[in-house]
Amino acid sequence: MLEYRVEIALWAISGIIPFFMLNIWTNNNLNESINISDIMLSRYFLCAFFVRQFSVVWVVFSFEEDSLMGKVSPYLIQPLNPFFRYFAQHLAEQITRFPFALIIAFFFFIFNPESIWIPNLGILLLSIVSTFLSFLIQFLIQSIVACLCFWTEKASSIEKLLFIPTLFLSGLLAPVVSFPAYIKSWIYLTPFPYLIDFPANLLSGNETNIIGGLSMQILWIFLLFPLFKKIWSEGTKKYTAMGS
Amino acid sequence: MNLRKYLKVYKKFLHTSLASELEYKTNILIDLITAIFSLTGSIFLLSIFFQNNGYIGGWKFEQALIIQGIYTILNGITNTWFNPNLAEIVKHIREGTLDFVLLKPIDSQFFISLKKINPSGFLEIMLGFFLLFFCIRINQINLNLSFLTLSLITIGCSICILYSLWFFISTTTIWFVKTWNAIEVLRSFLYIGRFPLNSFSFSLRIFFSIFIPIAFITTIPSEVFLGLSQLWEILLEVIVAAVFLITSRKFWLFALNFYSSASS
Repeated sequence: MLEYRVEIALWAISGIIPFFMLNIWTNNNLNESINISDIMLSRYFLCAFFVRQFSVVWVVFSFEEDSLMGKVSPYLIQPLNPFFRYFAQHLAEQITRFPFALIIAFFFFIFNPESIWIPNLGILLLSIVSTFLSFLIQFLIQSIVACLCFWTEKASSIEKLLFIPTLFLSGLLAPVVSFPAYIKSWIYLTPFPYLIDFPANLLSGNETNIIGGLSMQILWIFLLFPLFKKIWSEGTKKYTAMGS
Repeated sequence: MNLRKYLKVYKKFLHTSLASELEYKTNILIDLITAIFSLTGSIFLLSIFFQNNGYIGGWKFEQALIIQGIYTILNGITNTWFNPNLAEIVKHIREGTLDFVLLKPIDSQFFISLKKINPSGFLEIMLGFFLLFFCIRINQINLNLSFLTLSLITIGCSICILYSLWFFISTTTIWFVKTWNAIEVLRSFLYIGRFPLNSFSFSLRIFFSIFIPIAFITTIPSEVFLGLSQLWEILLEVIVAAVFLITSRKFWLFALNFYSSASS
């Protein structure tokens, strides 16, 4: 992974959209209407950036490439589910991304010195746990989509479709608190706000329901995991080795 | 004579790549739904910004929709032409098949940037035009000849700038081989084009007009639609577009000197 330092640095930069959004929010005083101070909002978007950095998943693209090139066949013979391989790759890359994310946070604090804060240890641990759970949810969803490769070959376009609600509803571009009431009434039943909004609120010290959020995350994992198992076992039965 | 040859070659490109893309028909349908979702999502985001404010950076909601429309058209063009060809350039350079392109009796930049086409982007372009027509109605814009020529010129210039940016990054593949992440950076910056430039703070505005001219790409054409643009802005956009096109061409020719094939 250290081979691709520049790439990972670039990737870390490509995640800075939350900062642009923060700029729109504060520059137009939009936060007054949702009762969040400038400082809390800037912390929220910084945390959203961090959560996003450590929960990005791209397993569907790796799997699609491997399956089109016929690389999945040798993996299937091994006594380990190939998704463990991708899982390990993701974890390794998250660790390499950590220093770059810290550098970006450092620059953020230079420009916004008033928003520096130190979360207490318990909150920090809880938010690491919830970021990891968010990563697990996204990994499971994408793995389920990736398994559709067994049927359609180009599963990545389904993933691009699913990415749109993730982008707009997860809280990456605007905190879920600011959403209109007709969306807020059902959004907390979907997995989206638990992907970024919940961990970011937790870490930044904004108001959130800690127990409710964590239990919804765990609930979604328990719902998605059997689905993945099912689709994986159905899919491998359909598998026809391509390109070999 | 020369132009006719290129037109003829382009017709063949269109034919072959359309034929291969239409193999995946469900894919095109999914891409259409994605485009609609994506537009709905950004209008939703805009409506959040505007829910308690009448103006963002001096733009009303109806006016900001014009920017969305232009962004959608440009994004459709990116998905139709720039993105699929870029993927090819990276592949050519990694596998050393750029040799075959260079040997052909045709301009390499022409070949490499127009070879492929992804028809699902057309739907996005149409979606953008629908939104624009809707905006013309709700903003009560008079259609006249000077408005049409100016808007065509500015949108044309935006396309040139956008093309140059994409081509510039794909050219760097010759040195860096893998440029996917650089593309992601460009994409995330281009995302800013969905919002009026004036809604950002002064320092970001400067950054987005000088280093990455996103200001020129969507804001100036939208101002033309509203009749707010100054003549110097339009002239500046034409100059910037010309500079970008020429630089990207020069840069490609320069980069080719460093191309040292692969696995041959």
